[in-house]
Amino acid sequence: MDKARMWRRGVSPRLWLAGGWLLLALLAAIFAPLVAPQDPLAQDLMLERLPPFWLDGAEPGYWLGTDSLGRDLLSRLIFGGRIAFIVAFAAAIAACLVGSTLGLIAGYFGGWADRIISRIVDIWMAFPPVLFAILLVAVLGTGLSSVILAIAIIDWTRFCRVIRAEAMGQSRMDYVENARIAGYGRIGIMLREVLPNVVPSIVALLSLEMGIAVIVEAILSFVNLSISADDPTWGGIIAEGRLSIHQAWWVLVFPLITLILTVLSFSQFGEALKARFDPVLR
Amino acid sequence: MSACLDIVNLSAVLPNGQRVLRSVSLAVQPGEVRALVGESGAGKTMIGKAVLGVLPSSVRIVEGDMRLEGEDLGKLRPKARRTLIGARTALIPQDPLTALNPSRRIGPQMTDRLVRILGWSAERADTRIRQLLDEVQIRDPERVLKSYPHELSGGMRQRVLIAAAFAAEPRLIVADEPTTALDVTVQKQILRLIAQLQREHGTAILFVTHDLGVVAKISQKVSVLYAGKVVEEAETAALFAAPRHPYTRALMGATPRYTDPFASLKPVDEAVLAGLAAEIAAVDQAWRQPHG
Repeated sequence: MDKARMWRRGVSPRLWLAGGWLLLALLAAIFAPLVAPQDPLAQDLMLERLPPFWLDGAEPGYWLGTDSLGRDLLSRLIFGGRIAFIVAFAAAIAACLVGSTLGLIAGYFGGWADRIISRIVDIWMAFPPVLFAILLVAVLGTGLSSVILAIAIIDWTRFCRVIRAEAMGQSRMDYVENARIAGYGRIGIMLREVLPNVVPSIVALLSLEMGIAVIVEAILSFVNLSISADDPTWGGIIAEGRLSIHQAWWVLVFPLITLILTVLSFSQFGEALKARFDPVLR
Repeated sequence: MSACLDIVNLSAVLPNGQRVLRSVSLAVQPGEVRALVGESGAGKTMIGKAVLGVLPSSVRIVEGDMRLEGEDLGKLRPKARRTLIGARTALIPQDPLTALNPSRRIGPQMTDRLVRILGWSAERADTRIRQLLDEVQIRDPERVLKSYPHELSGGMRQRVLIAAAFAAEPRLIVADEPTTALDVTVQKQILRLIAQLQREHGTAILFVTHDLGVVAKISQKVSVLYAGKVVEEAETAALFAAPRHPYTRALMGATPRYTDPFASLKPVDEAVLAGLAAEIAAVDQAWRQPHG
């Protein structure tokens, strides 16, 4: 019965469009060596600034054209997606684990735990995030793991604040009081009664955060602080595209479209998942 | 034989020093239904919460004893107190809509407590729950056990909560206005169900309500509460036959009657309220002297 109803209500275009794009991008990133038509690093000055396939002068096999060094744009976007997704998943999950745990504790236990955690969050959020990220990567050194770490360190507060507020509301509910009367311990109640009710919000935030992580990674690679300069990243390609905007607009436009679609899909996917996870909305 | 619940001289204050419970004493004998009646804000629910150990953190008990089957709750360590309360009491809550966890299915919610807190085997808990669902006249237990709370009506949820309250055979159930949030037609069924299960299981009930009609139907004894003070205590039949306190008389006067709907709805008399205020002030005065 549950399943039948899920299917009936399940045709939310939001979920399928967003999920479809993410799945496509993810699969392309995972199987990048198989799908990418060219070597993303192969330079060929004879093929520089080829236009995308529907314009005059396009070469077959270079669907979205090439950049000023003659590298295939589509292949670079696909390989850039690998880094984008790794950063998105790792950083968002790390931020989620730290932020949700602290938020749950602050919201459910209240009192001193709440005061301490909330003050830390307030102080944390006073830092301008992008500047903070750049600073962190500058200190930690460039590289995949420091980008992930920087994003997690900055963005756990997002989870903490939302989950704290939700846990606080939950802990005033009658079923929490009932569980206390029945003799459950505080931590047991937090995990069994409160946590399941904040999971939909955690899922939505997690997906949103993945989108944010993609943006931050793009920003960091735009200012050349992300991964080594050789690996293609979306931010890196955008930075290159900016320089040749008048000769080859496609080098700027395609990575931007990819980035926007991905970030938008993450946030929409999260919202749709939240509705799906919530037993009352379901 | 010791009382199932024995409250002696219980006083509680808010942080600003205002008393919310004024030396409340009341006893519930095993298997007895004791009604606790009063206006909203009289402290009825507060007494229930105090017994169950879930008072809001702002309310502080400043004196008095509470004994559950002879065990002094104030003398137990917090953990032992929780275990005792968990094993011997249960709550039938006021609002069945918020008393069940919306993200968990009914079945696990009901058996969980038996298995985790009381250490029953899963099969025994399952059998027990089905038996109780049958007793509260739920005809399709399979569907109910698999449902999420929002898939059931308010009356069904209250039946589930009643079944859950009786499942572990507690000695005392606190029923906190269990019919207030329900439809009038459903109220009657639920009330009858509680009375029936109470008789069959021999459970003592502290029945909190503002409805004298409900008091007359279900309870053997009544405590009338005003501003956190018990103003009258009597056998239910005696109270209805001859209320002694003017406030009780006024409350009865304010109960709607089908035969004479308009004339019966009298607000409590000014003189009665003035008398009550004086009584409360006198009590507080007498209380403050030894307590500084």
